[in-house]
Amino acid sequence: MAVVKAVTCPVCGCLCDDIELTIRNGKIVKVKNGCAMCESKFLSHKNEHRILKPLIRKNGEFVEVSLEEATRKAAEILTKANYPILYGWSSTSCEATRVGLELAEEIGGVIDNTAVVCHGPSILSIQDVGISSCTLGQIRHRADLVVYWGSNPWSAHPRHIERYTAFSEGRFQKSAWKGYLTKVKASAAKKKIESALRRVLFRKKAFVSPKPRKGPPPTLFKEGRKLIVVDVRKTRSAEISDCFLQVEPNKDYELLQALRALINEQEIDVDEVAGIPVEYLEEIADLMIGCNFGVLFFGVGLSMSKGKLRNVDAALSLVRDLNMRTKFVIMPMRGHFNVTGVDTVFTWQTGYPYAVDFSLGYPRYNPGETSVVDILLRGESDAALIVASDPVASFPKKVAEQLVKNPLIVIDPHMSATTRMADVVFPSAFVGIEASGTAYRMDHVPLPLKKVVNPPNGVLPDEEILKRILVEVKKLKEKRLVEAA
Amino acid sequence: MDIAIKDGKIVERVDELRARKIYASGMIVMPGGVDIHCHIAGSEVNTGRLLRPEDHFRDFERKTPKTRSGVGYSVPSTFTTGYRYARMGYTTIMNPSMPPLEAKHTHEELNDTPMVDKGTYPLLGDWWFVLEYLKKGEIEECARYVAWMITSTKGYAIKIVNPGGLEAWGSGGNVGSIDDQVPYFGITPREIVRGLCKVNKLLNLPHTIHVHTNNLGKPGNYLTALDTMKCVEDLASEDKPAIHITHCQFSAFKGSDWRTLKSGAEEIARYVNNHSHVTLDMGQVIFTDTTTMTADGPFQYTLHELSGNKWVNHDVETETSSGIVPFRYRRKSYVHAIQWSIGLELALLIKDPWKIFMTTDHPNAGPFIFYPRIMAWLMSRKAREAVLNRINRRARNRSLLPSIDRELGFYEIAIVTRAGQAKALGLKNKGHLGVGADADVAIYNVNPETIDPSRKYKTVRKAFRQAAYTVKGGETVAKNGEILKHVKGTTMWLDVQVSEPIKITEEMKRRFREYWTVEYENYPVTEKYLEVSHPITVKANV
Repeated sequence: MAVVKAVTCPVCGCLCDDIELTIRNGKIVKVKNGCAMCESKFLSHKNEHRILKPLIRKNGEFVEVSLEEATRKAAEILTKANYPILYGWSSTSCEATRVGLELAEEIGGVIDNTAVVCHGPSILSIQDVGISSCTLGQIRHRADLVVYWGSNPWSAHPRHIERYTAFSEGRFQKSAWKGYLTKVKASAAKKKIESALRRVLFRKKAFVSPKPRKGPPPTLFKEGRKLIVVDVRKTRSAEISDCFLQVEPNKDYELLQALRALINEQEIDVDEVAGIPVEYLEEIADLMIGCNFGVLFFGVGLSMSKGKLRNVDAALSLVRDLNMRTKFVIMPMRGHFNVTGVDTVFTWQTGYPYAVDFSLGYPRYNPGETSVVDILLRGESDAALIVASDPVASFPKKVAEQLVKNPLIVIDPHMSATTRMADVVFPSAFVGIEASGTAYRMDHVPLPLKKVVNPPNGVLPDEEILKRILVEVKKLKEKRLVEAA
Repeated sequence: MDIAIKDGKIVERVDELRARKIYASGMIVMPGGVDIHCHIAGSEVNTGRLLRPEDHFRDFERKTPKTRSGVGYSVPSTFTTGYRYARMGYTTIMNPSMPPLEAKHTHEELNDTPMVDKGTYPLLGDWWFVLEYLKKGEIEECARYVAWMITSTKGYAIKIVNPGGLEAWGSGGNVGSIDDQVPYFGITPREIVRGLCKVNKLLNLPHTIHVHTNNLGKPGNYLTALDTMKCVEDLASEDKPAIHITHCQFSAFKGSDWRTLKSGAEEIARYVNNHSHVTLDMGQVIFTDTTTMTADGPFQYTLHELSGNKWVNHDVETETSSGIVPFRYRRKSYVHAIQWSIGLELALLIKDPWKIFMTTDHPNAGPFIFYPRIMAWLMSRKAREAVLNRINRRARNRSLLPSIDRELGFYEIAIVTRAGQAKALGLKNKGHLGVGADADVAIYNVNPETIDPSRKYKTVRKAFRQAAYTVKGGETVAKNGEILKHVKGTTMWLDVQVSEPIKITEEMKRRFREYWTVEYENYPVTEKYLEVSHPITVKANV
């Protein structure tokens, strides 16, 4: 039995690196410090859904083949294709992505990552406005106002608040966890009472409190760190916040611009913006100006709701304007554990963070034209390589249909929806559990991913599989050149 | 005269019958170029790339059977950076600002920067450990931590940027002079610079402290630059330099506001001419569209306010900050034209070429691909006049350049672009062609004996733009602008050995956890991160 300390968790953009694993007989048996998602990933890496052998579809059925045969088949598909797409990447290491980029360049394809359906619009806005940001430790030490907008960290990045923001203890700012504890208890008790009432009164529907609060709650004016949540519904994060602003769906843009107007000392001629009274917003604007160090975290609630990049544009501009009055930073809540790292590698090798097209022999970038969803929608691609992602499950139906129409190669540890539709399947090791590598936290801090257990026999890491495909592709191309001559 | 090369080194002689020969008669043969200060890798450079697709669209390089594709212009992608340096005959470059927490990122990018040997300087001037130990006056303990940090981040020198100001910027502030107190820490920039200068000496580091002064980019800041140089005057020994003031052009502004801006180059040059403990680099402005990026967060914010251009800020916990603003230097702008003049005045008024080196602080004052233009300006009064005639008239009237006749010769150019930089960096095998040196050679197709660079500056400029041959580690890697071979350069770093290294106790790990949001175990850059690692062992005096 061995205990491995300081393991980086390969689940979400928080990339907590204080996980302690207990390993017995080559299997992880205990996870310390991790959240539920972290535990689940570490404990189930050897579950029954793993693929153990490379597969090729022959006459509609999967047939187990050797790694060499699968590599050859994949290389054939990729070299034959005119406009192949290489997609996924956010759940693998930077090292694998580096090889992926070389492969994309070699075959003249399009390489794109999951940012395209996530924070892609945020990147477009950053390219327009810029971004005032920092690493998460800076927030831990200094932030006295924390805003989560369109994101629900309590459920999606479970340790974010505890490790980096309101609950964490910094040099200049104390943790506010005690207050939250009371709040969590109160909210739990309230729910119990409500459910009891429901049973007593034989109501089927959930108990709805009579009127949502229209004014600022008293907690907004307390001393110390304050937590504000802006969302379309009362999420778990909203429950523990000091102040919850319920914005009407698709009205984020209006709300952000109203706040911008207020902090730029312009008057607003309406009584309500996005369902929130202007007097209430004035209090919030004052609070933002009055804080010493504020931070706004935004999730896909902004980048993928109506308005997309325009919403993020408004948020970035709001924070930029706030810097005239105080110190304020903003950060996207990146989802996959290495989506930041993949954007980073893409950028240093090609100059662009996602949707990079090599079909002309040099990197081109024009999201909307060179992004995979749009390419598939126009039916332009003729083969695909998917690495560490499940687009068949997550893409719009039309797009997924187009994806599976053409030859499809998948590198994945699991039998996912995409794997099931593939023509060539490579089983891969879990990076961060069975393979080492590097990943970037949502604030661009690079952290090493550890190999803590061995992968199943014969199963290689993504990096290695991609390298083999690349070698094979180069061989095939050379052969073709010789034949042509 | 022949130069013999064997196994990547310059040797006395080789078997002439069997050796491959390059005929370079009638050409200039120089050691490979050395760049002491160019932002080419790491988080701020990469964010600059991300921020500016418009910078890349018009400038790209196709994939060839030998090279990878990429994009330019002011913040080129990594492969393109390497190729472009090699085409100009440069073989060693130093990346000057690396936030220690994000050191892995810098090294990953350096791995992907081919053709050149490289090193990188960790930012240490606002690191909490440094501030705390210097405040307590524990220089030796501070030195031990700095040694640990340089070795853990695989760095090459101590970089100080706006000392104290970056810590203040963490809460939105700044410091205004070298005697201002840093909020909360109760220490002044003067104490930081002096302290780290002593640390540098205790550790026997090959380069001096590498300083970006306080008040950078503000009118009247030449006084701060002078104060910074003066404050370590007594720490110099045996005529050895004790401080390097980087991109000095940005720290040589005289005047009380932008309207009254004047050049402070004369005062700085006078001081440098009379003292031997200072080296400088130019930070020469080029009239073009570029991307400014420094660890000086407050300066970048000011630039954003001045220009209204998009702005990126990125503060790093416990250590530093950084900022990025795209910027265009315009000939017809009074301030920009004065800045252009200041850089050249510095280089020409400082008599000893071993004290001032040619840089553009790439990409802050302009992309490095414009180096040949600067060489021409330095070598030819006529070249300078050609630009002077086209700049803002008021700036032209105030410029000192018309009064300067000096024109650098080829030997002096070799010093300001390689030999001097290599010496200042303490790179014993670079910057010269003596026996034992690394076989990094640049050959330019221009005959120094027949050409008059003063008149034929355009020919010289053209030759410098594209080396006839670039030899890296004994291999011809580029010829007339064509990359012949994609080679990986080494990453040089200092393995600083102290007699009593700091102990990593549980207490230390706890402190670590309090200061940063990562675990101690995951902080250092292991050698695995360096594809071609070149450790340089340094014996420290502590």
